[in-house]
Amino acid sequence: MEAEVLLKLHHLHLELSNGTALLEDVSLNVRRGDALGVVGESGSGKSLTAMSVMGLLPGLRASGSIRFEGRELLGLKDREWRRLRGAGMAMIFQDPMTAFLPVRSIGAQIDEQIRLHERVSRREARARTVALLGRMGVPDPEAAAKRYPHQLSGGLRQRAMIAMALSCGPALLIADEPTTALDVTVQAQILTLLCEIRDSGAGVMLITHDMGVVAQTCTHVAVVYSGLVVEQGPVAAVMARPLHPYTQALLEAIPPLDGPRPDALPTIPGRPSAPDARPEGCVFAPRCRFVRPDCAVRPALREVEEGRRVACVLYDA
Amino acid sequence: MIRGFASRTGQMLLVIFGISVLVFAIFFATPGADPTARIAGRGASPQVVARIRAEYGFDRPLPVQYLKMMEKLFISRDLTSFVNHGQPVVPEVLQAAPVTLSLVLWAAFFWVSGSLVFGIASAVLRDSWVDRLLMVLGLVGLSIPVFWLGEVVNLVTQSRWHDTLLFRWVPPLGYVPFSQSPFGWAKALFLPSLTLAVAFIGLYARVLRSELLTAMGEDSIRTARAKGAGPVRVWLWHGLRLSWLSYVSLFGLDFAQLLGGGALLTEVVFALPGVGRLTYQALATLDLPLIMATVMYAAVFVVVANALVDGLYALLDPRIREGRHGG
Ligand SMILES: Nc1ncnc2c1ncn2[C@@H]1O[C@H](COP(=O)(O)OP(=O)(O)O)[C@@H](O)[C@H]1O
Ligand code: SF4
Ligand SMILES: [Mg+2]
Repeated sequence: MEAEVLLKLHHLHLELSNGTALLEDVSLNVRRGDALGVVGESGSGKSLTAMSVMGLLPGLRASGSIRFEGRELLGLKDREWRRLRGAGMAMIFQDPMTAFLPVRSIGAQIDEQIRLHERVSRREARARTVALLGRMGVPDPEAAAKRYPHQLSGGLRQRAMIAMALSCGPALLIADEPTTALDVTVQAQILTLLCEIRDSGAGVMLITHDMGVVAQTCTHVAVVYSGLVVEQGPVAAVMARPLHPYTQALLEAIPPLDGPRPDALPTIPGRPSAPDARPEGCVFAPRCRFVRPDCAVRPALREVEEGRRVACVLYDA
Repeated sequence: MIRGFASRTGQMLLVIFGISVLVFAIFFATPGADPTARIAGRGASPQVVARIRAEYGFDRPLPVQYLKMMEKLFISRDLTSFVNHGQPVVPEVLQAAPVTLSLVLWAAFFWVSGSLVFGIASAVLRDSWVDRLLMVLGLVGLSIPVFWLGEVVNLVTQSRWHDTLLFRWVPPLGYVPFSQSPFGWAKALFLPSLTLAVAFIGLYARVLRSELLTAMGEDSIRTARAKGAGPVRVWLWHGLRLSWLSYVSLFGLDFAQLLGGGALLTEVVFALPGVGRLTYQALATLDLPLIMATVMYAAVFVVVANALVDGLYALLDPRIREGRHGG
């Protein structure tokens, strides 16, 4: 009854041409019908992970493995990757204002994506665009398609962005902080929309720094810290009993649903170490309250319970 | 819309009026510019001077003289030169205009195509040796004085190597009207317009390169890539679309400025009887009617071009269309 694995990152490692490792070791799975929340403080490498999957980081050296629908993506020619981008997998971004081209109507931009991947006439593409916008809950979709990004509200823009992402029926939708730029009520609506997309059978990878968002939307969660996945598991189990000390800290820091969202974790002082100043042992050691001598050897991410994996010496058998 | 148009037109007229008053005032404030003495010539008798004064109206108050001159320039269009007695200046400017227009059109063709190729190439190949070479060349082109370059071109193609296969086709200096021989017209303008275009190619390629590179860092370009658009499409369709705003406005202003007589040095060096050369003559002989006519002609072009550029801006960027200038 195990759903098919759609995306599998295995020891993904990403470095600059000067050898600085931006991502140390990212391993995670997304299955069809799953929504995987990727959480971590800002600067931990969430966006880099997403962009690697999309193949949008040409200047960086990636190693390890990215398997999508059983096919290895690392080493793919750009031409082949391009055919996947927007069709097999699609991505939406934090700020829908800047993510759209400001000088063209949103309808034209959605049409463009459809016509990049399928041979359809302008008229057919537009009909699909309008239908999609309608499905995403944009009122009067025909008129909305003719409008420019700055003429729509933030929430409608993000709906249009999602419509564009879904226009070619991708199997995987990656959303990088899709609600961070929106106010709280609109945020809830967009998250509901993402849940519906997941229920329709696509895999969703939702990137956020907010455990609250994960709790509302996701089925699984991967916690990233300083370029490493430190814990992965089903949301309910992780929320009920977080294993990694960092996950525990994140959960204690869930901000109230309304009111300002703090950027730094109130429960633990300090910030994640920069990519060029990572400790040799456990990357979380400088901020960990359980740190002990054997943390000086970096613990691997290992399965400690059915479906739950953690990288911490506390759970070494 | 109509109100905006009306206020725009009013502004334009005001600017042109201001310029004309300024030119007039500067002329009469210039020492040694007294037109009576110049027209009468050295050592003319007081009677002759008095007669000329009355004939040309120099004895009347300056505002009256100004109005008279404007009337003759714009309404009866029979303003005559102070230097070449009785020569009407308006037809002279109108005759010179097609020469300048031809020169500037050719130059614009060269500098737009040249700067597009060089600008896009060095942006795409940024920090490679091609980019560095192109940018150094651009800087060189930008800093070569156009009259010097023109003289060198003339030296090489008219005398030094004129008899070689490469330059045998080069016609003697001067202009050939399109109506007389389209091919001769193109031949006569090829080297002058290329010379004029060199500095602009350098400048515009640099502007385009930096604008393109800024645009390529925008979120919307990342979105275009994420949609599956290929590099050609991303650079030329999305990238240019974001970056050509300042390019277009720069172009509009330079184009107008050249049409108005800004190609003066090129026209003088290549003996093209255009508006620039006319301005040069008028200034050299301190011929107020001709100065006024050429300056007014230039002012009209620059002011109209400004309005056109603003209109084009609105056409290219919907955010400006709604008056949300700069966000
Ligand atoms: N192109 C790049 N070159 C150098 N460092 C980068 C680059 N992109 C991202 N980084 C660094 O990698 C780290 C992770 O970035 P990112 O994935 O954007 O974090 P997140 O999305 O989790 O906030 C940050 O420290 C950032 O400064
Ligand atoms: S390995 Fe050690 S330092 Fe790292 S999280 Fe576990 S206890 Fe803390
Ligand atoms: Mg990010």
